[in-house]
Amino acid sequence: MSERNIILKTPGLTMRFGGLTAVDNFDIEVQEGRIVGLIGPNGAGKTTCFNMITGFYNPSEGNIYFYDEDITGLPTHKVCAKGIARTFQNIRLFYNETVLQNVMIGAHLRQRSSWWQAPLNLPSFLREEKEISDKAMFLLEKVGLSDLAGEKANSLPYGEQRRLEIARALATQPKFLLLDEPAAGMNPQESWELMHFIQKTREDFDLTILLIEHDMKVVMGVCEHIWVLDYGKLIAEGPPEEIQANPKVIEAYLGEEYLENA
Amino acid sequence: MMGDRIRNHTLTLVAIFGLATFLWWANGNFDGYKIQIMNLIAINAILAVSLNLIYGFTGMFSLGHAGFMCVGAYVSSLLILPASQKEAIYILEPIIAPLHAAHAPFVVAVLLGGVVAAVFGLLIALPVLRLGGDYLGIATLGFGEIIRVFANNLVPITNGALGLKGIPGYANLWWNYGFMLFTFYVIIRIVNSNFGNALKAIRDDEVAAKAMGIDTYRYRVTSFTIGAFFAGIGGALLASLLTTIDPKMFLFVMTFQVLMIVVAGGLGSITGSIIGSVVITILLEWLRFVENPIIIGSFEIPGIPGMRMVIFSLSLVLIILFRREGLMGMRELTWDTLLSPFGKRGDVE
Amino acid sequence: MTLTMFVQHSLNALTLGSLYALIAIGYTMVYGILRLINFAHGDVFMLGAYFIFYAGALLHLPWMVGVVLAIILTSFCGVLVERAAYRPLRDAPRISALISSIGVSFFIENLAIVIFTGVPKPVVRPSWLVSIIKFHGVRILPLTIVVPLICLGLVAGLLFIVYKTKPGLAMRAISKDIETTRLMGVSVNKIISLTFGIGSALAAASGIMWALRYPQIQPLMGLIPGLKAFIAAVVGGIGSIHGAVIGGMLLGFVEIMIVAFFPALSGYKDAFAFILLIVILLLKPTGLMGEKIEEKV
Repeated sequence: MSERNIILKTPGLTMRFGGLTAVDNFDIEVQEGRIVGLIGPNGAGKTTCFNMITGFYNPSEGNIYFYDEDITGLPTHKVCAKGIARTFQNIRLFYNETVLQNVMIGAHLRQRSSWWQAPLNLPSFLREEKEISDKAMFLLEKVGLSDLAGEKANSLPYGEQRRLEIARALATQPKFLLLDEPAAGMNPQESWELMHFIQKTREDFDLTILLIEHDMKVVMGVCEHIWVLDYGKLIAEGPPEEIQANPKVIEAYLGEEYLENA
Repeated sequence: MMGDRIRNHTLTLVAIFGLATFLWWANGNFDGYKIQIMNLIAINAILAVSLNLIYGFTGMFSLGHAGFMCVGAYVSSLLILPASQKEAIYILEPIIAPLHAAHAPFVVAVLLGGVVAAVFGLLIALPVLRLGGDYLGIATLGFGEIIRVFANNLVPITNGALGLKGIPGYANLWWNYGFMLFTFYVIIRIVNSNFGNALKAIRDDEVAAKAMGIDTYRYRVTSFTIGAFFAGIGGALLASLLTTIDPKMFLFVMTFQVLMIVVAGGLGSITGSIIGSVVITILLEWLRFVENPIIIGSFEIPGIPGMRMVIFSLSLVLIILFRREGLMGMRELTWDTLLSPFGKRGDVE
Repeated sequence: MTLTMFVQHSLNALTLGSLYALIAIGYTMVYGILRLINFAHGDVFMLGAYFIFYAGALLHLPWMVGVVLAIILTSFCGVLVERAAYRPLRDAPRISALISSIGVSFFIENLAIVIFTGVPKPVVRPSWLVSIIKFHGVRILPLTIVVPLICLGLVAGLLFIVYKTKPGLAMRAISKDIETTRLMGVSVNKIISLTFGIGSALAAASGIMWALRYPQIQPLMGLIPGLKAFIAAVVGGIGSIHGAVIGGMLLGFVEIMIVAFFPALSGYKDAFAFILLIVILLLKPTGLMGEKIEEKV
C-alpha cells in the first residue's frame, strides 16, 4: 500500500466565506490508482472541497498538491489541463449541444490546432478534428451512449446525462477524476450498474477516482478508503469496514435511522 | 454520409452560382433603389452574422457593433479617398501627415478596416471581458459612444463632425456579396469546428466549460475580436456604398438594427441571421410608408415622421415577449432539412 | 484657478453628481433585485423632464403641483414598463429581459420623438432658482445649492424606506433570494413594482432638476446621463444605494473638474465616465462599495 504514489495531498486546506468556515483543515492524501470516497451529511462542505481542488474557489488557507506540484490557486481550466476532471452534483451539460459535441468539447483541451486553421481547411486541422470526433465516439461507446450521439444533451434521461458527464470528463484525459454524487437520483439497479461502471472506468483509463456520494451501498461497495466530513471538519478516515463501525461516524452522519434500518 | 457531403457541397456551389446569376440579372434590370436595398441586405448580413458569433454563439451581450463599424468605415474610407478630395473636404483643419497621402486598393482598404476594428475590439475586450457578462453590454455601448466622441474631436484625422464626403463608391453588388460570402464561409467554418463547440460551451454553461479546461476568458476575447473584424468590414463596405460618413451615422441605432436582425433570426443560428437580414432590411424600407402620407380615396392620412422606428422597436419587444427564440432558434436550415420537408430539422452536418 | 472659482466648480460638480446619483439609485435597486440592467431607465428620466415641461407649458399648473404630477406620472410609466416588458420574462434567460429593456428604451425614445417632436423644448424656470447670488465674491446659482439638498433629502427618505420599513425589508430579502422570499409569503410582484416605482420617481426628480439646470430638453436627453448614471452605479458597487450615491458624486466631480482644469479636453467629456468605469473595475471589480459575490458552482 505504501508503494503507491500520492496523487493528491491537501495539507491544512481551509475555506472561509466571510465569517463562516465552510471547510476547516481538510487534510487528505489520495494514493494513485485508488477509488476513494468523501462522505458526510448535507452541507458538510464536500462540494466546497471539490471546488477548491478544481480551482473554482481559492482556499483561504492550506495548499493543494497534485503529484507534489503545488496547484493551489490555479485557475480552473489550468487545473483541468494538469489532469484533474470533475462532474457536478447538479449535472452541468452543454444542453444545447449534441451528445457527441459535449464529449468533443471535453476533448478540445488536448487539441493542438487553433481556430484560425478552421477557415483554411488545412489537412492537419481536418485530421485532428476527425481524430477528436472518433475519440469522442469511442468514449461514448465506453459509456454506452454511442447510439445517442446525435441527440441533444437535454433530451437524455437523467441516468444517461450522468454517464455523458463522465464521458465528457474522461475526454479531457484526466489522471484524477472527481465525481460529485454520481448515483444521485438513481434506483438500486442503476446504482449497482454505476458501481461496476466506476470500477471498470478506473481500470480502462488508469484513473484515480475521488467521489462524493450519499448512497452508502455505492460508497461501501466501491471505495477503498473513505474520509468523513462533518461541519467542515474531518471526523474519520479509513477503509469502509472501519468507517461503518466507527461510532463517531454513525452518530454524526449515519444517524439513528441507519442503525434502526441496518 | 460521404455521399451526402458531396451532395451538399455541390448544392452549395449551385446556390452560389444561382446567387451570382441573380446578381448579374439584377444589376441589369433593377433600378438604383432596389439595388441599394440588395446591397444593404448583404452588408446587414455581414454585420448580423458577426454579431451572432459574439452574442449568439459565445453568449456575450455586446452592444459595440456601431463602434467597430465606425472604425472600419473611417479607416477604409481614408485609404480609398483620393488625395485631392481629402484636401477639399478637410476645411477646419488639414489632414495630418501620413494620412493625406495614404492610399490602398479597395479590397486592402476594407480588410484593413476590419483589422483595425479587430485591434480596437481586442483592446476593449481585454479589460472588459475580465468582468462578468453583465457589464459587457454597458461597457461596449460606452465604447461605441467613446469612438463617436473621438471621431467628433480628432478633427485632423476624421474631419470631425463634418465627416467624409465623396468616398469612391466601389462597393457594388459584387464586392458586397463577395465579402458577404467570405464572412459566411469563415464564420461557419469556425462555428462548426471544435473551437466553435468550445464557444457554444461557454455560452451554455461557463462553469462547466472552465471545468472542461477551456480558458473561457481567452476564447471570449478571441470570439469578440473576430466579430469586431467583420463588423469593421461591414462598416467599410457601408461607407463606400453610401459615399458619405460622419460620426452621427454610428449612433446606437445602428447597433440596434443589427441586434434586431440577430434576435429575430435566432440567436445562435447563422441561417437565421441571413434570413433575418433579408426580412428586416426589406421591412425597414417598406415601413417608410408610415412616414409618408397615405391616400385612401379622397382622404389623406398624414405620414408620421419617426413612426417607423417606433414600430421597429416595438416589434423587438414583441418578439422577445412572444417568440424569444426568433425565427430559427438555434437551429440551422441545411440542405438536409430543405430536401426532406417532412423530416425534422437538424444541425449543420 | 482661484479659490472662488474652485468653490463654484465644486458646487456645479455637487449638483451634477446629485443628478447622476438619483438616476443611479434606480439602476442599482433594479439590478440588486432582478439582476437586470434596465436600459430604459434613462428614458424614464427623460419622461420626467417632459412631464414637468408640459405641466407648465400646456396645463399652466403651479410649479409644485407640476412637480408632484410629473413624479407620479413618471413613476407610473416605470411601473408600467416592468409590468409589460420585464415581468413576463422573469423566468426566461436573463438576456431576454436585457434585450427587452433595450427594445423598450428604443421604443420610448422614438415614441417621444413622434409625440414630443425632436425639436428641443425650452423649460421655463422659476426665477428665484436661477438668479445669481453673490456670497463673498462667489457667484452662486441657488439651484446648485437646492439640488444637492433635495438629493440629500430624497436619499435619506429612501434609506428610511429600505432599512426601516416592512416593504424595504422585503426588498432587501428579494435581493438576497427571490424564491425564498416568495415562499415566506411576500408578494414579490408588488415589491418589484414598488421598486420600479421608487426608482422611477427618483429618476423623475432628477429629470426635473436636470431640466432646470440645462433647460433645453429633447427626446434623447436620457441616453447619455442614463449610461453615465449606470456607470456611477457600477463604480459605486452595483446593488448598493450608498455606492450609487458615491459613484454619482465621483462621476460628477471627475467630469466637472477635468473640464475645469483642462479645458482642452472638454470635447471628450462624455468619454471620461467610461474610462473611469474601466479603471475602477480593473482595480476593484465589485465597485467601491460592492460586496464580493462568490460564483455559484
